[in-house]
Amino acid sequence: MANVLVNAPKTARRGQAVEIKALILHPMETGFRPGADGRILPRNIIELFTATWNGVEVFRIELSPAIAVNPFVSFFAVATESGTIGLRWSGDEGFLVEEQVAIAVE
Amino acid sequence: MDRRRFLAGTAAIVVLPLDRARATPEAMAAAIKKVVGDAVVREGRVTLDLPPLIENGNTVPLLVSVESPMTEADHVRAIHVFNEKNPQPNVFVARLGPRNGRAMVGTRIKLGDSQKIVAIAETSTGQFWSASADVIVTLAACLEEST
Repeated sequence: MANVLVNAPKTARRGQAVEIKALILHPMETGFRPGADGRILPRNIIELFTATWNGVEVFRIELSPAIAVNPFVSFFAVATESGTIGLRWSGDEGFLVEEQVAIAVE
Repeated sequence: MDRRRFLAGTAAIVVLPLDRARATPEAMAAAIKKVVGDAVVREGRVTLDLPPLIENGNTVPLLVSVESPMTEADHVRAIHVFNEKNPQPNVFVARLGPRNGRAMVGTRIKLGDSQKIVAIAETSTGQFWSASADVIVTLAACLEEST
């Protein structure tokens, strides 16, 4: 998915806490703003972002309209074993994007 | 109408649009109460980083970190962030655990006005720790659609 930017190390030492940064293109329309025609634009936000490490959830953040356009999230996860970090964004209007990055743990 | 009265009238008109529906310090206190219940919230252990002077409220970097060993027995379970003057008091809730290693979460937020931001960390031992920051916003976020 081209609309996602993920920054995570490709390798890590076992037990190290690695930083994962993720950015996704999304309008994060608050539902409080009038549009050009004076009517309130309907809310359209990403409500939930989750991260898994080899399928096990390690991080979750519930977002609100107060999160800026193109939501950016950074967090840490302990490198337990080699595999994939799965990232998932879901929200209004059936929005769902998933992305995976590989990480090698020594 | 003389000039003085005219000026007083325009001042009143300018003030009115600010009266729109918003979260208030009371709404923020209520949102915090909903999370912590009757538990005591102590200041400390939490660091809330965001610029004190914000030129553009549309995208404000925010970083919350909490002092915690992040072990199975003692870790940060959640980080809650609240504001007092955006339309809603909640900003985000991050759920953490020992798998995170470090209790640090960063994002970018919108701020509709100069206000106080509060971060509260909930630990696995049932404690609540907090930090707050007062920020000045010169250009408010999201008043109308950008064209």
